[in-house]
Amino acid sequence: MFDALSERLEQAWTKLRGQDKISESNVKDALREVRRALLEADVNLQIVKDFVAEVEQKALGAEVVQGVRPDQQFIEVVYNELVQVMGEANVPLAEAPSKPTIVLMAGLQGTGKTTASAKLALHLRKEERTTLLVATDVYRPAAIDQLVALGKQINIPVFELGTSADPVEIARQGVEKARADGFDVVIVDTAGRLQIDQEMMGELARIKETIQPHETLLVVDAMTGQEAANLTRTFHDQIGITGAILTKLDGDTRGGAALSVRRISGQPIKFVGVGEKVDALQPFYPDRMASRILGMGDVLTLVEKA
Amino acid sequence: DKTRRGLINQLKAIVGQGPLNQDAVTEIEALLLQADAGVEATDKIIAALQTKLREEVLPPEEAIAYLKKLLRDLLDRPLQSHNPVFVPEKDTLNIWLITGVNGAGKTTTIGKLAHIAQKSGYRCLIAAADTFRAAAVEQVKVWGQRSGVDVIANPGQNTDPAAVVFDGIAAAQSRGTELLLVDTAGRLQNKKNLMDELTKIRRIIDKKAGNARVESLLVLDATLGQNGLRQARVFSEAAQLSGVVLTKLDGTAKGGVALAVVEELGLPIRFIGAGEGIEDLRPFSSYEFVEALISG
Ligand SMILES: Nc1nc2c(ncn2[C@@H]2O[C@H](COP(=O)(O)OP(=O)(O)OP(=O)(O)O)[C@@H](O)[C@H]2O)c(=O)[nH]1
Ligand SMILES: Nc1nc2c(ncn2[C@@H]2O[C@H](COP(=O)(O)OP(=O)(O)OP(=O)(O)O)[C@@H](O)[C@H]2O)c(=O)[nH]1
Ligand SMILES: [Mg+2]
Ligand SMILES: [Mg+2]
Repeated sequence: MFDALSERLEQAWTKLRGQDKISESNVKDALREVRRALLEADVNLQIVKDFVAEVEQKALGAEVVQGVRPDQQFIEVVYNELVQVMGEANVPLAEAPSKPTIVLMAGLQGTGKTTASAKLALHLRKEERTTLLVATDVYRPAAIDQLVALGKQINIPVFELGTSADPVEIARQGVEKARADGFDVVIVDTAGRLQIDQEMMGELARIKETIQPHETLLVVDAMTGQEAANLTRTFHDQIGITGAILTKLDGDTRGGAALSVRRISGQPIKFVGVGEKVDALQPFYPDRMASRILGMGDVLTLVEKA
Repeated sequence: DKTRRGLINQLKAIVGQGPLNQDAVTEIEALLLQADAGVEATDKIIAALQTKLREEVLPPEEAIAYLKKLLRDLLDRPLQSHNPVFVPEKDTLNIWLITGVNGAGKTTTIGKLAHIAQKSGYRCLIAAADTFRAAAVEQVKVWGQRSGVDVIANPGQNTDPAAVVFDGIAAAQSRGTELLLVDTAGRLQNKKNLMDELTKIRRIIDKKAGNARVESLLVLDATLGQNGLRQARVFSEAAQLSGVVLTKLDGTAKGGVALAVVEELGLPIRFIGAGEGIEDLRPFSSYEFVEALISG
């Protein structure tokens, strides 16, 4: 287990004990521990600063409830604030009023876009929605083969035009085909790109302009560090995202990138990837993510015990 | 953005003579934290800088120069116990095992390494031991074609990767190969079975190619946060790491977690990846790395 915030705060808390109010002077050490915990979880520094300031505001002057230790009450404030920032409830994938719902996948290299495209298609089948996958990554060696192989594994058709076609044209024709053939959803996988690569970002913008997706999902590796904020900002500013998928959460990363993505874009994280296999996709739950970032197994029971 | 203004200019305004004041500490701390150096490494680096500034009065330029030197020394320290020159030995079998978490850039790095090796006149071979991920073998085969290097692969799906490594070594031995590059499947360090599989691959290399010069490299993505340190710890155990490759440095991420990895595990960084193209691999230079990190 991670050194849980609750443990790490132990020292800081002793100062809070025996006080009837959380005040500016007695909360200082506790806030410093929260800052440290969030940074260790890879939450972006600027976001940590803003978040800690907000927590301080909420905590200050909060009357200490009879029978609840002030330290536990403070944890609850932190946790609740985090859940709130994270978006409170799970948000499902968009559904267009008329078929097909068009989904565009985007993100840095190697984050898990292609895998997530296949996972999403499988997930939709469980909801009895049919999907066409579209392979527009003409750059990375065997990227199309990869999507085709995944499609074969789960028996989902993949539209491709080889590696000499223009990605914008592949996307356009793919969506056309999905419409003509009556698919419920069409998922367009794209090549990984750096957010500072003007040419590749331009291509993505043209794909989006051409296919007018209902959902543009930023695929972010949960192990991403401080960069999560920058990349989210640029993808959101230049492309406009409607949500995110956080991948590789089956690892032991704390996943602070989630907070950065959510905070910067204001868009919900919709799914998490929890494995390499095609069925390893789950809905995103803000409360679980909050506990994870704080390194606390089960905050709620801790507070309830009080 | 403040961090892009250049540290020197910022510090000139806030660094007085003598030890760093709180503002200066905050600025330098922000710089290091935003580069993913992590809280602990950042604290240590700042403490070392403070110690120096307490002993000696330095103007801002020199304080920064000292900070850079601290970082470079940290990064170069492993070279005291590892060979500073990193090239395969001629006329003998060198095996480079390339490992790392999913999507870090292992296969691409293999493609780039094969290209350099071929250009430099080494007899080179690739073992495609990622038998798991969809089209992983096809991917590494394309890289093999680009550099004119043969790829040893097992046509079956989900075959034992250790068997491919075994075949790769046998082929390398019979062909008089000088550099065998082993591509492995991405794996997260908390998956015990997958880490055991890697240990098995490493064991086969040591057993079957006892006379070979083996390098075991961990590929770290520069956009990684603090999980990179956990990766390095666990992979180091399983694959007996001897070095690190830091990829995706062509982005804006600074790869600061490498500082902690180098410090804690004493592993030298050998190469950096700076793009998706075949030429986009460079030997690691602590000077360039630190300049990029500090210039914001
Ligand atoms: N453990 C784990 N691995 C994942 C997950 N999602 C994807 N991967 C792995 O991460 C690696 C990269 O996944 P891809 O789907 O190829 O990523 P991508 O974003 O399409 O990559 P590019 O197209 O090269 O930019 C592969 O090894 C996947 O198997 C996940 O949720 N957990
Ligand atoms: N910008 C940039 N992209 C890179 C670099 N190295 C690799 N990539 C890209 O990162 C993605 C993943 O690279 P791979 O070489 O497939 O990574 P891998 O570690 O073999 O992935 P798995 O085998 O799926 O675990 C691909 O899109 C590569 O083109 C680099 O130095 N810079
Ligand atoms: Mg892909
Ligand atoms: Mg690979």
